[in-house]
Amino acid sequence: MRFERREHRPLALVIATPILAIVVALAISGVLIAIAGAPVLEAYWRILKGAFGSRLSVTETLTRATPLMLTGLAAAVAFRARLWNIGAEGQLYLGAIVVAATSSHLLGGLPPIVQIPALLVLGAIAGMVLLLVPLWLRLRFSVDEVVTTLLLNFVAVLFVSMLIDTVLKDPAAFGWPQSQSVADGAMLPKLLSRSRLHLGLAIAVVLAFLLHFVQSRTVFGLKSRAAGLNPQAAVFAGVPLGRTLVGVACISGGLAGLAGAVEVMGVKGYVTTDLSPGYGYSGIVVAMLANLHPLGVVLAALFTATMFVGADGMSRSMGIPSYIADLTVALSLLTMLVALFFTQYRIRR
Amino acid sequence: MTKPVLEIVGVSKRFGTNLANDGISLSLAKGEIVALLGENGAGKTTLMSILFGHYVPDSGKVLINGTALPPGKPRAAIRAGIGMVHQHFSLAPNLTALENVTTGTESLWSLCSRRAEARAKLLDIAQRFGLSVDPDARLGDLSVGEQQRVEILKALYNDARILVLDEPTAVLTQAEAETLFATLKVMARQGLSLIFISHKLDEVMATADRIIVLRGGRHVADRKASETTKAELAELMVGRSVSRPVRVAATPGETVLEAAAVSVRHQGVDTLKAVDFRLRAGEVLGIIGVSGNGQGVLAQLLSGTISRTSGDLLLFGKPVDHLSVADVVAAGIGRIPEDRNKEGAIGEMAIWENAILERLPNYAKYGLVDRAGGMRFASDIIAQFDVRGGTPATRTRLLSGGNMQKLILGRNLINRPRILLAAQPARGLDEGAVAAVHERILEARKAGTAVLLISEDLDEVMALADRIQAIVGGRLSPPIRNEDADRQRLGLMMAGEWHTEHTEVTHAV
Repeated sequence: MRFERREHRPLALVIATPILAIVVALAISGVLIAIAGAPVLEAYWRILKGAFGSRLSVTETLTRATPLMLTGLAAAVAFRARLWNIGAEGQLYLGAIVVAATSSHLLGGLPPIVQIPALLVLGAIAGMVLLLVPLWLRLRFSVDEVVTTLLLNFVAVLFVSMLIDTVLKDPAAFGWPQSQSVADGAMLPKLLSRSRLHLGLAIAVVLAFLLHFVQSRTVFGLKSRAAGLNPQAAVFAGVPLGRTLVGVACISGGLAGLAGAVEVMGVKGYVTTDLSPGYGYSGIVVAMLANLHPLGVVLAALFTATMFVGADGMSRSMGIPSYIADLTVALSLLTMLVALFFTQYRIRR
Repeated sequence: MTKPVLEIVGVSKRFGTNLANDGISLSLAKGEIVALLGENGAGKTTLMSILFGHYVPDSGKVLINGTALPPGKPRAAIRAGIGMVHQHFSLAPNLTALENVTTGTESLWSLCSRRAEARAKLLDIAQRFGLSVDPDARLGDLSVGEQQRVEILKALYNDARILVLDEPTAVLTQAEAETLFATLKVMARQGLSLIFISHKLDEVMATADRIIVLRGGRHVADRKASETTKAELAELMVGRSVSRPVRVAATPGETVLEAAAVSVRHQGVDTLKAVDFRLRAGEVLGIIGVSGNGQGVLAQLLSGTISRTSGDLLLFGKPVDHLSVADVVAAGIGRIPEDRNKEGAIGEMAIWENAILERLPNYAKYGLVDRAGGMRFASDIIAQFDVRGGTPATRTRLLSGGNMQKLILGRNLINRPRILLAAQPARGLDEGAVAAVHERILEARKAGTAVLLISEDLDEVMALADRIQAIVGGRLSPPIRNEDADRQRLGLMMAGEWHTEHTEVTHAV
């Protein structure tokens, strides 16, 4: 048996790939559910109901999908240009803490229409800065950004942890390490009343479309794709490699920082060290499931959020640990990688 | 003739709609050197991959000493005494020569490695065939020629009796290639049988006993080397008579590019040392030299990807400071890079994207890519430069080497550049494509373009260049006129022997 590179990738195959990957991942997790002693189909039905069964669960799933979309886009745009940003988690936290730090003291008095955009931009800038540092190290000293961005996650989270236990500590939180709340005028408007669903979802979806447009239609998009696919040829064609990567890093880090800002301003209102259940890392899975396509990221984020929210409900009613969601999402990444291989190669015997 | 050691009988192999091998049969005798000659895509490599068990043929079989080889089993092929020397070596750069040779020969479960024995055996083989190599040298530190020797030793270490070499000279310098062919003859005299794949007529005629020509997946001819000519082989290989275009004398115009004592220092090494040259409109200036002597740096400098350390550069009579790629392209300088896959085109992008990438400012408005304009530009190139195998939206990787080179030539020549920088423009191309590339270069010259041709191929430079300068160790010789050049003199120049005679040619302009 041998693998041969496909000459053409039919569109149907490109669309079918992630669906097939998810189906296979669900089948494998089904085996695990069965081993845990629960009826498989019913478990999945409960997951679906848990994620979409009521108005509350639908809004909850969408709320959960919002930061995943943003971190997914952050990973997708960077990976396209072969900039391995594994640091979305840290960028998210930095974006979040900057919002918490500036909202009440500096911008608190401003009207929401000014304050909200200003905070979102500040959060995004914080994420950018945290990614520009490792990029500079890579461009200047060829330091591998996989290592630096990954390690900066821990640095960022510990830094945030220090701030919320010291200077930014909320005195009204009974000694609990938690930042001061953002001003009321800084909270994102709700999309639906009596739910947690906030404007962040719309922002994320609009940004996905915008990013798709930038990547497919603009000079910057073409250059960043060239830089990712073949840096040497890109340089020969006059693409400024460093400047292009800086642009990509600004978008990627900015999106991750924005995810943190949106999460604080849309849901929590303050920062704790469990603000993100690994959104930065899950964003990588989301991006891979989407085959790095910005619009695919929206769907992949929805799938991932469905699994997480649905599994919570399912585990309550059926006694299966909700870790099954992590498992299914992780499995779907693996099956997607295998499936992607088959969109590029075919088997010959 | 003795009983054949290898027979390939009626082998066919289809990839999709492409019949790569169509009922090919051949045989190989003990101690014989057979050349497998054919253009790119003629099916040579496919046939050898079938022989070695990398591919399973759709029909046909391979016999070793009369016994059929099980298809698709490389291990069985190795055991039967077939050794393969790949074009891109299958060696690990971080291991020593000895470790590379022994890798895969010992069971994974054996507790200790029999290094002493292995070393003795390796040195014995190396001595017997004149393949000297330091067994403890790290492979990555060896030259390409030496790495190839390790690859051959690896095959011989596995007791190969039949050695297959896939385009062995593609990566070698002239001198290394000559050493290799001497070695191959020694091996044949000692009873090994060899097949080497090539599309270079000279080396085939000089080395092989017998020449088998493949074309379009078919076996078209089987000739003894003593009974054929280069012209006949070229025609058999291409399927029609090809003749390379002939340069006609012309009077060059004004000087468009002039370098005076230009030096480049890169990471503490002087890669270009005070070079002088003068390029005039309507002429081809050939820079000949064995690769690695600074011509790559010269090409990069003029392409705008690196900058000089000292010296003056005059473009159209005006001194220029640092040249960026954008400056170079905007000044009307066409560039053909040395390595079309690494620098010339991005395989995963569409043809139209590759066509406009270096001239994006012309195809952009408000930061948006002018897709329709790019598509039109690409269609024009495809039509005018006879690029086959794709539409503007096709991924560039699907083009053959020759067609990719035509695309690169086309995007540079279509707007009649004032200067064309051509680095190894015909490297790795088959005979038909070489003729097409040469024709385009001469056409451009006739239209008044100044061409700087950087090449390591004597025939190419002598056929195209009006004046020739040699590059050795980063230094450039004074130019000699084409009429004064012969192989011997150029050979001496390429070896750095030019100080005895000063024949600076400056015809009246």
